[in-house]
Amino acid sequence: MHSTTSEPPSPATVVGTPTAPLPDSASQALKIAVVGGFGVGKTTMVRSVSEIRPLTTEETMTRAGAEIDDLRGVEGKNTTTVAFDFGRITLDSTSVLYLFGAPGQQRFWFLWDRLFTGALGAVVLVDTRRLEDCFYAIDRLEAQGTPFVVAHNDFGEADHALEDVRSALDLDPSVPLMRCDARERGSAKDVLIRLAEHVRTLVREGRR
Amino acid sequence: MNPSYRQEGPDRLYVITSGRSGGADDALDAVTLVVAESEPTAGMQSEHARILRLCVSPLSVVEIAAHLRLPVTVVRILLTDLIDTGRVTARHPAPAPSPARPLASPDVLEKVLVALHNL
Repeated sequence: MHSTTSEPPSPATVVGTPTAPLPDSASQALKIAVVGGFGVGKTTMVRSVSEIRPLTTEETMTRAGAEIDDLRGVEGKNTTTVAFDFGRITLDSTSVLYLFGAPGQQRFWFLWDRLFTGALGAVVLVDTRRLEDCFYAIDRLEAQGTPFVVAHNDFGEADHALEDVRSALDLDPSVPLMRCDARERGSAKDVLIRLAEHVRTLVREGRR
Repeated sequence: MNPSYRQEGPDRLYVITSGRSGGADDALDAVTLVVAESEPTAGMQSEHARILRLCVSPLSVVEIAAHLRLPVTVVRILLTDLIDTGRVTARHPAPAPSPARPLASPDVLEKVLVALHNL
């Protein structure tokens, strides 16, 4: 089976035993997607803030843009199986936030339509060695009106001026851009806070 | 412990869903929380029984998929069976952002910000 994994798989979890049960009163689940190219640190960021060890699951697609019409066809040439990782943060007794690490390239974008519709927003994680990996994601997020911030994962070593990154990405001045170290819980948390604040600003401005 | 469907081949998926590839409840989002309303019964399809055991506490569709090691598409079909027979309940709270209204509500954002600051 053709399979594409965006990052090295997480260690296997014990099947059938959720490690940290959600409160019985949990009723509302929210989601944020962390998108970026291969190896940019998406799973690392999810792991840094998640209360559970990130889980991996898969979605299958027979053809770009088409519904799966026959699961017997999953071995066919036109099938893409995409693995994605996710973690979660319990917000309070009723709400839980899921964080998804998702490949941002065009061929994986069906995941967005299937799984990430309704996300509060997205973090686009970039690596200056492969900035082009996130061009498509930025275009799509802008086109679909999903709020996003861009975080340059420099693993603690500032190698580029942020303004150079903004210019290389041709990023709108209103889109927050920041450095982060995806391995650091505090840094990953700050990125998520910036995203939530950015969405709040957009709401206050009455922008779509 | 069940092996991943990958080791059994794609035909396994066809069997698990009784040949169906669609018909899943459209309201079942990737993060919809699902709760079991009954115990597994004898003779029940094993995947259905495992879902009931997993969802003693609320669990999202993607978490169920990860624990069952099945694609999300397949799990949505299995969950729809269980919803239709009243064995699980899907919790559908306030509408999430949508293409028509892409921004979350201010109340939700405040809740997220408070929780993130407290992380």
